[in-house]
Amino acid sequence: MKSEMVRILGIFAHLDTFTRAIGELRHLGYGDLTALSPVPRHEIEEAIEGKKSPVRLFTLWGGIFGGATALVLTIATSTHYPLITGGKPIISVPPFLVIVFELVILFGALATILGMLINIRLPRIRLELGHDSRLSEDRFGLWVRCSADAAQRVQDLLHAAGAEEVRHERD
Amino acid sequence: MELSYSQINRDLLKTMEPPGRLYYVVLGLDLVVLLWGIYAWVYQIRTGIGVAGLNNPVGWGVYIATFVFWIGIAHSGTLISAILFLFRCRWRNPIYRTAEAMTVFALMTAGLYPIIHLGRPWLFYWLFPYPQEGHLWINFRSPLIWDVFAVGTYMIVSATFFFTGLVPDLAAVRDQASGWRKKIYGFLAQGWQGTDRQWRHYGSAYLFLAALATPLVVSVHSIVSWDFAMSVVPGWHSTIFAPYFVAGAIHSGLAMVLTILIPMRRIYRLEAYVTVMHLENLAKLIILTGTIMAYSYGTEMFIAWYSGNIYEQATFIYRAFGDYAVAFWIMLFFNAVVPFFFVFGRVRRSIAWLFAISILINIGMWAERFVIIVSSLAHEYIPFAWGIYKPTWVEVSIFAGTFAWFFLWFLLFAKLLPVVSLTEVKELAPPPQREGALR
Repeated sequence: MKSEMVRILGIFAHLDTFTRAIGELRHLGYGDLTALSPVPRHEIEEAIEGKKSPVRLFTLWGGIFGGATALVLTIATSTHYPLITGGKPIISVPPFLVIVFELVILFGALATILGMLINIRLPRIRLELGHDSRLSEDRFGLWVRCSADAAQRVQDLLHAAGAEEVRHERD
Repeated sequence: MELSYSQINRDLLKTMEPPGRLYYVVLGLDLVVLLWGIYAWVYQIRTGIGVAGLNNPVGWGVYIATFVFWIGIAHSGTLISAILFLFRCRWRNPIYRTAEAMTVFALMTAGLYPIIHLGRPWLFYWLFPYPQEGHLWINFRSPLIWDVFAVGTYMIVSATFFFTGLVPDLAAVRDQASGWRKKIYGFLAQGWQGTDRQWRHYGSAYLFLAALATPLVVSVHSIVSWDFAMSVVPGWHSTIFAPYFVAGAIHSGLAMVLTILIPMRRIYRLEAYVTVMHLENLAKLIILTGTIMAYSYGTEMFIAWYSGNIYEQATFIYRAFGDYAVAFWIMLFFNAVVPFFFVFGRVRRSIAWLFAISILINIGMWAERFVIIVSSLAHEYIPFAWGIYKPTWVEVSIFAGTFAWFFLWFLLFAKLLPVVSLTEVKELAPPPQREGALR
């Protein structure tokens, strides 16, 4: 039978001990780690070695979609009711490109936000287990998800690595 | 910056403590002016657009001039929040939140003007593309429609950018608050916890929003300038207009950032965060934009002479010596001469000078829009069709009311949201290290 999963939260006061703890736990095979910090730090990113964010693809496709929408909107509406204004062709490309430019940016930006929200699973109503208000102020937190059997060992490791507080939460 | 994370949290969240009596007095005065402006607008809607001083030939007056002015003000917010972000100018971190808020509020103010300017403001939605019974769509060849798309996009993107940057700070506010405030800020923070995953995607999204906002900001004032440059009115029909307007926009916006930051840092005692270095850097940017302005004014006048076009020449002579000469010389002196006082370090570092010059530039930039719009329309081609425009009390009241509208939002922002970004200031501070601080 698979043993129950638990979540251990270690709170650190210093960035160097924190990143070292991440490295040690990963080295020992505890891969299910989540680092919490009040600011984004490259040291944490490097220790965790997360994948590159796919948000940029959302931006790209949003922009392409926006440009296509603008082309269809301007050309289709102009040919739908072909009224010559200012002696210019019905499909006047240069002015339509202004609309294309704006909608590339608009849709690109909205898709970027959408991509971010999807990837970070926000908005959510309840905070995840083990939230601590100090983590948005000046402390660094490390969630380790592991089986209940390994819980004690993880707690000891966190203490040894320099955590000033270690908590145990059921997953 | 040598401050600790918790010190930064404490200092910056202090700005959100309940306000004193002075705040309510200012808020009250602001509301009085706003209500007077609303009264004037209601009067204009009920009576008709004739109560404004607009006439034939001067169909665009204070409303359009002020529209352009506010759009311009918005630009420097994006310059500071997005363009300086892409250039990795880290000194922008403590001031970008205020500048970005200014962008959003300035656009909310600017957006009112085209509607105020309409004879039948309830039909403003005719500007949007939507299918209707007559099968007629909007004219995409018209610069006014480009304007709708440009300003609309700018408003949505800058509001999004502003809010995205706020989320980690809202979480910090949530974590320090209690009771109903915790609930509200918790709702606004959307469940942000600062996990590595969240920071990773957030950082990526923020970078791309900045990268999208940068060309956008250049396009917006270019398009606003084309509202003029696409016509054949002398003094408007010029290829220099787009860069000239963009530089002018940033010029006025930087001045407005100074006008707002200087009292704010004093009232909130943020001298440790918004330092003289920040104000000085803004002043240096103003020298740059002021130089571009001076060059543009010079080019405009040179081309009027060199082109041999008598209408263009007449327009510029009229601007300098005609009915609106006062506004012209204010424009020239305040925008292209006064900023050069900033080449002196002592002026640049003196709060009083910075504040005074920033206000003069604001006045000068408003005068510029007025001069460009009104003097060109007043003296077009046929002397028989010339005319004079004078703003009426309705226009002046609405003008004052929209200033109050802008400052109302700013006053609310100053108390309800962190005016300096906690997260981005912490990024500047050295992180806590056990084995000695890294430098």
